[in-house]
Amino acid sequence: MSIVIRAKNVSKQYRLGKVGTGTLSHDLNRWWHRVRGKEDPYLKIGEANDRTSKGKSDYVWALRDINFDIEQGTATGIIGRNGAGKSTLLKILSRTTAPTTGSVKIRGRVASLLEVGTGFHPELSGRDNTYLNGAILGMTRKEITRKFDEIVDFAGVERYIDTPVKRYSSGMYVRLAFAVAAHLESEILVVDEVLAVGDAEFQKKCLGKMGDVTRNGGRTVIYVSHNMESIRELCTSAILLKNGLLAGSGSASDIVSSYLKTEAKFSTLYDSSNWTRIDLPHLTRQAEIVSIRNKAELEVFKVSDQLPFDITVTGKSEYATTVSRISLRVTNNMGAHILTTHTSVSCSLLKGEIQVIPMTLTIPELISGEYWCTVWIGEGDLGNYKCDHFSVEEVLHFAVINDQTHRWFPNWGNFNPKILAKDESSNIGGRAWHKAE
Amino acid sequence: MHQDAEEHWDLIILPQNRLFDLQLRELWRYRDLMLLFVKRDFIAQYKQTILGPLWHFINPIFTTVTYTIIFGNIAQLSTEGTPRLLFYMCGITLWNFFSNITTTTGSTFTLNAAIFGKVYFPRLIAPLATVLSLMIDLSVHILTLTGFAIYFKSQGYLENMQWINLMYLPLIILLTAGFGLGAGTIISSLTTKYRDLNVFITLGINLLMYATPVIYPFSSIQGPYREYLEWNPISPVIEFYRYIFTGTGTFSAASLAYSTGMMGLLLFVGLLLFNRVEKTFMDTV
Repeated sequence: MSIVIRAKNVSKQYRLGKVGTGTLSHDLNRWWHRVRGKEDPYLKIGEANDRTSKGKSDYVWALRDINFDIEQGTATGIIGRNGAGKSTLLKILSRTTAPTTGSVKIRGRVASLLEVGTGFHPELSGRDNTYLNGAILGMTRKEITRKFDEIVDFAGVERYIDTPVKRYSSGMYVRLAFAVAAHLESEILVVDEVLAVGDAEFQKKCLGKMGDVTRNGGRTVIYVSHNMESIRELCTSAILLKNGLLAGSGSASDIVSSYLKTEAKFSTLYDSSNWTRIDLPHLTRQAEIVSIRNKAELEVFKVSDQLPFDITVTGKSEYATTVSRISLRVTNNMGAHILTTHTSVSCSLLKGEIQVIPMTLTIPELISGEYWCTVWIGEGDLGNYKCDHFSVEEVLHFAVINDQTHRWFPNWGNFNPKILAKDESSNIGGRAWHKAE
Repeated sequence: MHQDAEEHWDLIILPQNRLFDLQLRELWRYRDLMLLFVKRDFIAQYKQTILGPLWHFINPIFTTVTYTIIFGNIAQLSTEGTPRLLFYMCGITLWNFFSNITTTTGSTFTLNAAIFGKVYFPRLIAPLATVLSLMIDLSVHILTLTGFAIYFKSQGYLENMQWINLMYLPLIILLTAGFGLGAGTIISSLTTKYRDLNVFITLGINLLMYATPVIYPFSSIQGPYREYLEWNPISPVIEFYRYIFTGTGTFSAASLAYSTGMMGLLLFVGLLLFNRVEKTFMDTV
């Protein structure tokens, strides 16, 4: 196997803040150094890119000394938290910006899909936009003409092909855009998480198409996604970025596991003293959550593992406050609500009184990935809802590794529960999907 | 053997471009894109209008009529004895060609930031497509002008005008386009980070028109101003253009050579600067 991409000491520095007169003095200083043949003084400074803490310098390294080789015909996933430098790396690979230092050597044509439908003009027809978008992505007119029917067929917009795309439904628009992208003929394809849009059937088609491309076409794919399962499914290898540094590279499933184990920072503890809350107006705040403590010894869970935690509550009202319900909502790393569950407790709190409520969450049939819980307490059960007292957003961060072996598309959601096909005779509600042999 | 294969790379991404590297081969590879941009501009411009491309004819005619009334009839500026309508139309069409190229290519990076930020193609494609689009506009205007010239000639005006001179038009179009593209690329390169210049451009182009023989003939300027006017490299081009259609104009081989030289210099500096910023402008635009 030959190397088709070789990145050497790739770094990218950004200056924070806005462009104004202040930047001019730095630019002049930089220029003065260059005139005298000296090194850029601002390249020596700059900090690792940790967006959560305020740094001393205005310069940050979005990427720092990244080295990697990518072999022909492989699919490489780029993993990392938000701000780890994934997008910057993609931008450099797709040449929309240049690295500050270092070099990337590439063999073959690169097509980048950081967005679908780049350059689509609302006034132009589907046909014209297909040509325009294809040409922007690097195809020649001849190539597009050759593939035109296939593209239209793939997008399923034949009837609308001579209508301006501003009249398209958003789904049709994206499908056409995607169809063009899916028919690119470059040796190297750089893909951002553009698969987050488009309808489910189409996403499946596209991901299938991407998979085909690497398996059969000998094409090299670089793919960034937050969806660990789709990286495990699509990619053979992966690169892990952390604060702009290369934190690991290797086989996709190893890197995904190690990301979930180490990189995902587990905020197992919630403490009211160091937590900035978003105050929701419907909360009575007659009782508050003081702390949530994760008691699990594990960091990464498998389905049906137990996640024990303690919720400490206190009364805030002059009168006795009843806490009779604890609710828990799980969100995935895209912020989507996966599930909500409630449980009854019986607890009455006087002002200043503290009680610890031990809880256990049995990990549901989630697919591999990172999850967060939002916990809130209230009064009244589901049939007789009264009020919510207090809520804590996105606490109890946990990771799941699910060892399912079949492929998993991003639009398949986060759940993978067991489902059985039964005989029609024993089927209770509705028709069985297909008969078990 | 294997080592050799290792060392061959199709593309090397480095922090900076070489000082002057136009990558003509790549530009050529993307020629289809340039034509599609031209087509897009053309279609989008007149979408949902009833008259459609007819507006190409109407626009300069209206401006010409306005100029004829204001500068000709009211201000009584000289037109060297040529029909006012033709005189102003010459000035307007060529000047608009230049100023449109300058202002549009001057904001190449800001106008195309959405596309440039997502996909790579040689950035020069965008301004070149603009120039091509505007050349199409200008050719339509030239057709109109020719129509007027035929009319006035049949009416006994334009004694010195000779049809053979029309063959110099491509030269004039290229010269003007070169000026516009040179100025535009300089402006776009200088304004990606600091936009102060942008504020100045529209004003500057408008004022520059008065320092160019657009609404007055070069010959009508006497005294100290004439010397300054001679420094303006666009003056001979406009005078030459007008000479083609009206048979009068003040220019010489030397002044045209000066214009060509200045155009070359402007274009060279423009492309040089453009080449420098095109790689990293996304970070600052």
